[in-house]
Formats: sequence, C-alpha cells, structure tokens
Amino acid sequence: MTDSVVFKPPRNQWWDVWDQFKTHKGALVGMFVFLAIVLFCFVGPWLWIHDATFINIRARNQGFSWTHPMGTDQLGRDMMARMMKGGQVSLAVGIVGMILSIFLGTLIGVLAGYFRRADGILMRLTDLFLALPLLPILLVMSMLFRQQLSSLLGVEVGMFLLIVTAIAITSWMRTARVVRGEVLTLKEREYVLAARSIGTPPRRLIIRHILPNVLSPVMVSATLMIATAIITESAVSFLGMGFPPDFPTWGRLVADGVDYMQDYPSRSMLPGIFISLVVLSVNYIGDGLRDALDPRIRGR
Amino acid sequence: MFTYTLRRLLMAIPTLLFIALVIFLLLELSPGDPMADMPLTIPPEVRESMRAALGLGEAWYIRFAKWLYMFGVIEPSHVLANMTGLDWLRVEGQRIISFQTRSPVADIVAQRLPQTLWVVGLSYLFGILLAVPIGIYSAYRQYSWFDQAGTFVSMVGFSLPTFFTGPLLILIFSIWLGWFPIIYDTTLVVDSWENFLKQLQQMAMPVFVLTLFNAAQITRFMRASMLDNMTQDYVRTARAKGMTEKVVVLVHVVRNSLIPVVTVIALGIPQIFTGAIITESVFRVNGLGQLLITAIYASDFPMVLTLSVVFAILIVLFNLIADILYAVLDPRIRYD
Repeated sequence: MTDSVVFKPPRNQWWDVWDQFKTHKGALVGMFVFLAIVLFCFVGPWLWIHDATFINIRARNQGFSWTHPMGTDQLGRDMMARMMKGGQVSLAVGIVGMILSIFLGTLIGVLAGYFRRADGILMRLTDLFLALPLLPILLVMSMLFRQQLSSLLGVEVGMFLLIVTAIAITSWMRTARVVRGEVLTLKEREYVLAARSIGTPPRRLIIRHILPNVLSPVMVSATLMIATAIITESAVSFLGMGFPPDFPTWGRLVADGVDYMQDYPSRSMLPGIFISLVVLSVNYIGDGLRDALDPRIRGR
Repeated sequence: MFTYTLRRLLMAIPTLLFIALVIFLLLELSPGDPMADMPLTIPPEVRESMRAALGLGEAWYIRFAKWLYMFGVIEPSHVLANMTGLDWLRVEGQRIISFQTRSPVADIVAQRLPQTLWVVGLSYLFGILLAVPIGIYSAYRQYSWFDQAGTFVSMVGFSLPTFFTGPLLILIFSIWLGWFPIIYDTTLVVDSWENFLKQLQQMAMPVFVLTLFNAAQITRFMRASMLDNMTQDYVRTARAKGMTEKVVVLVHVVRNSLIPVVTVIALGIPQIFTGAIITESVFRVNGLGQLLITAIYASDFPMVLTLSVVFAILIVLFNLIADILYAVLDPRIRYD
C-alpha cells in the first residue's frame, strides 16, 4: 500500500462529479461549445463594431466578407451583430424559463411527495396540465396577452416575461413527477426519520435533508429544460407569435431568412445551426451530468 | 382491470370539462375581435346584431354551456351521420360555426384530417419501423461503432428543431437539386401512376423531417430499455439453457423491452396531431396544425376552442390507452 492512498485528504464530492464528467467526451465538447456560444452572444457585442439595429441600405444582401463575416440582411443590418443580439434573447429565455420551470416543478414535487394530504390534489393538477395541448395553448397565450403586456411594460420586457412564464407554466410537470417520486422514497430513509425524531420542523427537514438529495435529477432535467425552452421560444417566434419583427431572436431570424431562402440560404441556416448547436450541446451536457451525478456509476 | 378502465374514463370527463373551460376563458379574455375586419361604415346597431348572430351577445357561462351541448351532442351526431350515411342520426340544432368560413367546424376538420393523417401518421409509422431495429442492434452491440453512430444520429435528430431541418431540406432537395416541390399540393388527386409519383414526391420531405424526429426519440427509449433487460437473470438462464443468440435476443429480450416502448409510442400519438404544427407550416401542408394557426391569427374562437379540446381528448385518451397497454403487456402490473 502506498501512503498517498492512506493519507488522501478529504475531497469535495463535486471534484468526483467533475472527474466523472470529464470522461464523457460528448459532454465535455458540448460544454465548450455551449460556453463559446454564450461568450459569443454576451461578450461579442462589446467587441464587435456593428450595431444590430443599424440600417445601411447600401450594404444590403451582402455575402460573407471581412467587414460583415456573416453577411447582411435585406435592410443592410449586420448579421453577426443580429446573431449576437438574437442569441442573448434566446439564451436568456432558455435560462430564465428553465429556472422558473424547475422552481415550480421542484416546489410542487416536494410538496406532493412530502405532505400526503397535498399529494392527491397536486398530482391531479399535474395530470391535468399534462393533458393540455401545450403548443396551441402557448400560441393562444402569446397571441392574447401580447398587446396588454406590451403596453404595460414595454414591448421587449412584456414579451420576454410573457414567453418565459408561458414556457414555465407549460413545462414544469415532468420535473414535478420526478421530484415527487424521489421524495417519496427519501422520506422513508433512516436519516430522515432520525432528523424528525429530534424534532426538526418540516421546513428545515425539506431544505436541509431532502432537497440536497433530489439535486441530481433536478440538475439533469434543468439542463434538458434549457433546450426545451430555447426550442419552444424559437418555434413560437418562427410562427410569428413571439417577439416583434424588428427584435431579433434566433427563431425569428430563421423565419425571416426562409423568405430569402432561394437567393441567400445562409440567412436562415446560420441561426438554425446556432439553435441546433446549443440544443445539441445542452443535451450532451445533460447526458454527461446524468452519469456524473449518479454515485453508482461514478468511480467505475 | 375493467373497473380501473371505467374509473379512468369517468375521471377523464371532469378533466376534459376543466380543460375546455380553461381554454374557453383564455379566449374570453382575449382582446381580439372577430368583427375587426368589418368595414367601419357599418352602423353600431347593425354591428351589435351581427355580433349577436355570431353568438357573442350572451354571458360567457351561457355560451360555454351552449358550446358544450353543440360539441358533445350535435357535432358528433353529424359526424356519425356523414360517416355511416344514416340521416336519421342527425340532431337538429345550431352547429359550431367557424367565424372565418361560416361553415361548420366539424366539416372543415374532416377536410383537413386526411392530409395530417397521411403525412404525420406515415412518418410516425416509419419512425417506429426504423427506430426499433436500430435500438435493438445498438443495445446488443453496446459501444460498437454502430451504437456510437446511432446514438449520435439520434441525439442530432432529437436536437434539431423541425423548423430548421425543414428549410434545410427544402434548400437541398427543392432549390439545389430540384427533386421535390416546395409546396404541398392538396388538390392533387391520385388517379394515375404519374400523379402517384407526384404525391410521393411532395410527401417525401415532410415525412422525412418528422420521421427523423420520431425515430430519434423512440430509438433512445428502445436502446435504454434493451440495455436494462440484457443484464437480467432470465437472459443468463436462457443462454445457459443453450438457446441461440437469435432466440435469446429477438424472443426473450425484445419482447420484454418492448413493454415500456409501446407505451411511449402510444403516448406520442397525440403529438402526431399537435406536434406537426411547425412542419405543416414549413411545408405548407394544409392539415390540422395549419388550420389551428390560421384560426389563431384570425381570432376564430369556435375553431380554436374546438380544435384544442379535440387535441386534449386525444391526449387523455392515449394516456389511458398507454396505461392499459402497460398492464396488458406486463402481467406484473396490477391496477386494483
């Protein structure tokens, strides 16, 4: 036996998770791609000379060049700047929508799993939401409340809040089910019994003992939720029900580019490729996280 | 089992009523006015009577009750009468009228249904036929190059949104190669081989896009389910008895692995109708999804309400079928 094994200092478990995560090549590549795209969208506009809304009609419909690496659109706006701006919105919708949806799902899942009295009614509610035709409802919602919210909060903020809440309301059910199932088994464990026997109130029991143990399924569904939210927002924008036309998001850019497909295919392909890359990388990260967070697989 | 099915069916009724109410109230809140397109020169009192003729004059609960009666009694009777040709089945009374076309909603849905069923249903079928063998072989040779490639392709198919793959295919096959038409022609009547070929050509791209998406999802489930079963004890027993690999995999493992996959397939069937909204609008297929989109744009409330509730019924129904299938296929599961 070597000494190094015997006297190994205690390690934070997140280092073990990271070690396992590193072995999943797809997840690692996915993470780098995702970070690169996030940097492109959020740091890029500070470095890039062109503005997303600046109209230069003389330079319209240009191809790839050094001044406009991704070309310009039919009004001469720089595509690269628009891609960055659109990416900011799409990523922000994805991340904020994910946080809201995960919060709602975890809350309902924990309440349903922990409090027996709430279980029946909350699960009926979940079933009811699962039976809703989601895309039609989303479209109807964004159609109906668009004007009211726009006049109340301004076009951009109003639309952002609307889309994000609509996505959260229509996507929390899966998380709730997973969390409830997990809480139901955790509740019977000895350490929860021990905690309860020394008089821990339910609130602290949930926060201190139950929530940390449902973290791994929640994290996996959180990554996948980013992908779902981005696709949903893009689909709604693509169908013309999302953000207003002069306000770029990736889905909107694809929809605008489709009209010019014949002459300038790159205009709809580029945002499409970006959406696909983000979703693909996020799905791979989720795959890697699932393996890394599972202590049975880890260390094998 | 029977009592369970009955209980679930009875439970479905309040669920569907509630969903219908939610959608109805959502539409009720909307600022969109179906009279907005009418000329401004119409005098106010005529405008009021036109609103009344559209059924907009009364309180919302009366209109909801009337809609329920029309949706639950009158429309089904007409649909049945049209299908069977028995005219005495028809119940007299006002039918659900679309604001856009002023014709009964059920008739329009009946016109649009075949397109959706052909394009989307066929792609779902192809998706299943493609996904099951790929999933089986991927799991049998786990981590082989075939498995790696299959996992990658299914991940890509799962991640690429249909509004990206659709235009991409149009670009490649319609614009550059010129093999397939961009727009789906619904008026085409298949009466000769030439027209049949045309029909195949115009269906190729939408079917391919949806097949890729469906197959990607089902492959993942099939592979995971196979992997779960491959390490079970009964597989070792079967091998120990000296059965050939073919029998072990194709008879023992596949049959057990198909149980969860069949329910996943059943759960996905309602998405045939709702999920194809984007694909239909990309390829200009005038099916149900496209009908819904145009109805939402035109504030055609009866159409939106009816279609959404039809979708909800499909979802509830196939959830039930999936649960029952699960119990039928897996004798270990008992609903009592």
